[in-house]
Amino acid sequence: MGFEEIPHTADWSVRVWAQDLPSLLAESARAMNALAGTVTDPDPRVERAFESEGPDIESLLVAFLSELVYYQEQDHGLAFDTFDVRMSDQQISVTMEGSQITSVDKAIKAVTYHNLKIEETSRGYEVVIVFDV
Amino acid sequence: MNIENLIQISETEWEIPTYTRSDMRVPVRLFATRELLEQIINDKSLDQAVNAATLPGLVGSVIVMPDMHQGYGFPIGGVAATEYPHGVISPGAIGYDINCGVRLLASSIEFDSARAELDTLATVLNKYCPSGVGKEGVIKVSLKELDHVLRDGSRWALKNGYASEADLARTEESGSLEGADPDMVSERAKARGREQIGSLGAGNHFIEVDVVDEIFDEEAANVMGLYKGCLTVQIHCGSRGLGHQVCTDYVHEFQSAVRKYGIDLPDRELVCAPMDSPEGIAYMGAMRAAANFAFANRQLLAYSARRAFEDVFANKMRNWHLHQVYDIAHNMGKIETHEVNGKQIKVCVHRKGATRAFGPGSPGLPPEYKKIGQPVIIPGSMGTASWVLVGTEASMTRSFGSSCHGAGRVMSRSKAKKEFRGDALRQELEARGIKVRAGSLPGLAEEAPSAYKDVDRVVEIVSAAGIAKKVARLKPVAVIKG
Repeated sequence: MGFEEIPHTADWSVRVWAQDLPSLLAESARAMNALAGTVTDPDPRVERAFESEGPDIESLLVAFLSELVYYQEQDHGLAFDTFDVRMSDQQISVTMEGSQITSVDKAIKAVTYHNLKIEETSRGYEVVIVFDV
Repeated sequence: MNIENLIQISETEWEIPTYTRSDMRVPVRLFATRELLEQIINDKSLDQAVNAATLPGLVGSVIVMPDMHQGYGFPIGGVAATEYPHGVISPGAIGYDINCGVRLLASSIEFDSARAELDTLATVLNKYCPSGVGKEGVIKVSLKELDHVLRDGSRWALKNGYASEADLARTEESGSLEGADPDMVSERAKARGREQIGSLGAGNHFIEVDVVDEIFDEEAANVMGLYKGCLTVQIHCGSRGLGHQVCTDYVHEFQSAVRKYGIDLPDRELVCAPMDSPEGIAYMGAMRAAANFAFANRQLLAYSARRAFEDVFANKMRNWHLHQVYDIAHNMGKIETHEVNGKQIKVCVHRKGATRAFGPGSPGLPPEYKKIGQPVIIPGSMGTASWVLVGTEASMTRSFGSSCHGAGRVMSRSKAKKEFRGDALRQELEARGIKVRAGSLPGLAEEAPSAYKDVDRVVEIVSAAGIAKKVARLKPVAVIKG
């Protein structure tokens, strides 16, 4: 499980890999936080739930990460680091824990579908995500 | 793709013909020199332009401006026109920051008489114009009031005392797009926008105080009220979280729409729907509402900038006022009439990182600009020159009335952060007499001038190609960034 930044002229791009799909989604969220330089308060912890449907796994990934972008700006800014992801081919349900954001170097404003394709590799599953910043 | 795949039309114009790839519906026309093409050939902007040329209902050519660079789906600096009403509209070809744009205000305050106050001016502008990640705006509106903003744009600002009739007359579409439908904007988008109206945000958005450094067209500059040696203000921002959420919502929804309408695309970020389909009509209403939010947002920031000028200069000089030169969008989809194959037809012009540049006599321009053409504002990279141009008759026939929008990036943000330090950059700019107020030093490093193309060369290309004409060059003296 891990991620690495890939150069992109105008925006941000990251390659993420994990042994299974729920872990891939959770690691993608952590990659997003790392790219943005998000710093949070240790306490108090908050919990939020998220559910969505989509035509395929890629659309569920975008919907999930877009939910996290939304929370960056809500309730004075929330970021999440612990995820319980349950998913099928067209449905996702996540319980996530996190806390208040204290600072962000650079906000991610949107998650794109640009060339988005989750692939099975020797590392499990891999995806390259481009973020609008 | 390499340059040998391109057909050279002139020193500043190139074509990627439709036979380059079997799924292209129209050719791609690029405004660039060979030198500039060599600079950008390593990123994916030309491939993205070819992808854009596959959208159903395209007419003419996909146009790419010299500030082109790699985006996602559609290249930045791209213009594409689809036949109205059966052609498609693509949210990704307009962008997440719907109606990101630039407003230029001008004064008759001479730089020499203001020099001693610049530091204070930068501080007061920074105080009155909230900037930074997720920052709340100068006012808060109820959800009911927000619907008025979404429907009326700058007209809402006028009604509430934040604008003048003259401001609206000198704003693209008078700052209020007809057909905006707040009901098509999600509650989530409204939640993001409600607290952010009247704020600059972060990223490459800025407020900049400039001096008119050189005038190239005395008559046009006089009409605009641009005087050599006097202060101006540029405001560069868009529709904040609201616009981003609108685009996110519809790109997600259109993933199913393309299947429904049997549209096959090379990149899912280009998803689209026919303009006359329920999905297309809904997005058009939401996109126009987000555009109106952005017009109102820049209007509120202009109001705040005027307050700052009043605080700093009102007791020191008689005429400290800022008048509006123009306000233009560079991420928008607009229904316009253009000549295609000798016929005047209605099209939806998608501009993503490209500016409307209507020539003399075009509809929708205020009377004083009918003769000279529409002002085109081209902000440079931080610390470098910006330009004021005007649209031409040639832009109407060759680029769907469009021109470039800025310098255009050449270096990735991650590389810029490795190569430059925000604090060193700020010191360098201050040493050159440019006052800097920045919320984030890493963010400042990403916007280093060397991460961008030379804006002067970009402007030379659109000028040589004839799709815009130089009026004035501006030099920065204070920058406020999120």
